[in-house]
Amino acid sequence: METQLVLEKWPGVISTVTIGADNKDGGSRINPVKIGGQNSLPLLFKEGGIPNRPAVAFEIWDIPPQDWDEELVLAYGKALNDPFAWADKCVNEFKAQLLCVRMQGAHPDSGNKSPKEAANFISELLKKVKVPLIVIGSGDDTKDNLILPACSEAAKGERCLIGCAVQDNYKTLVASVLADGHYIIAESPIDINIAKQLNILISDMGLSLDRIVINPTIGALGYGLEYAYSIMERARLAALSGDKTLASPFICFVGQETWRTKEAKAAPKQGIIWEIITAASLIQSGADLLVMRHPVAAKKIFDYIDTLFKK
Amino acid sequence: MFIIGELINGMYSNIGAAIKERNKKEIQNCALAQLACGADALDINCGPASRQPLVDMPWLVEAVQEVTDKPLCLDSSKPVVIEEGLKASRNKTIINSTTADKEKLEALIPLAVKYKSKLIGIAISAKGIPQNKDQRLELAVAIVDNCLKESFPMEDLYLDPIVLPVNVAQAQMKDILESIAEFKIISDPGPKTTLGLSNISQGTHMRSLINRTFLTMAVAYGLDSAILDPKDKELIDTLITAELILNKNIYCDSYLEAYRKK
Repeated sequence: METQLVLEKWPGVISTVTIGADNKDGGSRINPVKIGGQNSLPLLFKEGGIPNRPAVAFEIWDIPPQDWDEELVLAYGKALNDPFAWADKCVNEFKAQLLCVRMQGAHPDSGNKSPKEAANFISELLKKVKVPLIVIGSGDDTKDNLILPACSEAAKGERCLIGCAVQDNYKTLVASVLADGHYIIAESPIDINIAKQLNILISDMGLSLDRIVINPTIGALGYGLEYAYSIMERARLAALSGDKTLASPFICFVGQETWRTKEAKAAPKQGIIWEIITAASLIQSGADLLVMRHPVAAKKIFDYIDTLFKK
Repeated sequence: MFIIGELINGMYSNIGAAIKERNKKEIQNCALAQLACGADALDINCGPASRQPLVDMPWLVEAVQEVTDKPLCLDSSKPVVIEEGLKASRNKTIINSTTADKEKLEALIPLAVKYKSKLIGIAISAKGIPQNKDQRLELAVAIVDNCLKESFPMEDLYLDPIVLPVNVAQAQMKDILESIAEFKIISDPGPKTTLGLSNISQGTHMRSLINRTFLTMAVAYGLDSAILDPKDKELIDTLITAELILNKNIYCDSYLEAYRKK
């Protein structure tokens, strides 16, 4: 007897987020990247539509990183010393679809750049590269509340993804994103209740739910990956069952989490493998956007996504 | 929970008058107010005083579907009145309701099939109101059997255990609640369950409190839907909380608001 697949039909759908505005939409990006829009669990192509593949963004900084592992330094070479050369290498040599720029230089401990300097950097970067941008703060809430509005304004109309808003600090960023036509990253500490609450708080300020991307916070392989996995899976099941307050795509900071583990630094190439496995696992749990660091790992994941989506 | 708003009913004086005077606005305001409070569908009943239900029912349907595309629950004891409502409906429909009587089943199941309507089946028959759980189950099985014979999809059938006022039939309350759970396992896939909530508190002095306490208990027994007053905010808050406790929705501090954003 032929086995019959039991297929689930879901009433809910994940919102579609298009990062980057091209000249039709009043921006200057060349290839906007669409994520989300699925009404099925990850990779279950028979259950529903999965119109967009997971996307990979390369992480760059606005200053030369001080503490990056030798493996990463080797991959980028001298370009690491010049953020624009670094961005250029990602786009032209490694074919990045998206760049995720961390404004680390604004952190009080790593240069304390002013909002004006940060805004100038973003303006310059937008001129130098034409891929869509993700802009992330320095991690210092007080400082980020000054520089992110400046960056948002500098990129007005380019439909960037800007973050990260957290439960105790979201109002300033929401106001900027709303005014300048961007999308926001809502970050919660591996906690589905807070993820849901933050989405509601943000939408209460007038930024609609379909302009939010959730950063569920992840751990790398060996560091709580399975917790992130189960939170993402649970949020996705709720969203597909009709909970609009959780129906946002996920962004996962894979590179950042991988390269802080001791295993990534323990032996040559091991970090690359660690980053690949972490990213590949998160694709299974529903990641829509992976922010990665090592170009070899990013390439492998790119090819992996290609294989998964081969019809 | 699939909430069916009960307020468009000719037995309420404002609606009765609006039907008589052909005051569409009054009906539409009532529809929109219920939807704003979380109703997923609207019950439509001309009321016992309607002299010409065959005309009033389609008029009500037209009035309501001018302002919403939510499902309409066509409520009448007369199949001909329901059919007039079905003919007039562009929105999805729910037939409210068939009993377990042969002539009702033979009239209404084919109508539900023909108009692709959902159907509410009440565990009652011409012999009278069931006196215990077994009698309810027997009537429910008769309804399910007839639906299966007509290939009516089980997921579109809502069984109602028939709620009686607590001050009239206190001894039956536990049976009514247990019937909800048992109805759902009559077949596989099983039918859904619904009930007309307000009847529980008919003639009592604490209507709202009795309504929401009973609804909470019914939800715990697996109730899928209820015909109720969605403008009773405490009732809806209680319902959302009961479903939260049953892990049907993910908790967050603003869970009441989150539910209403759905």
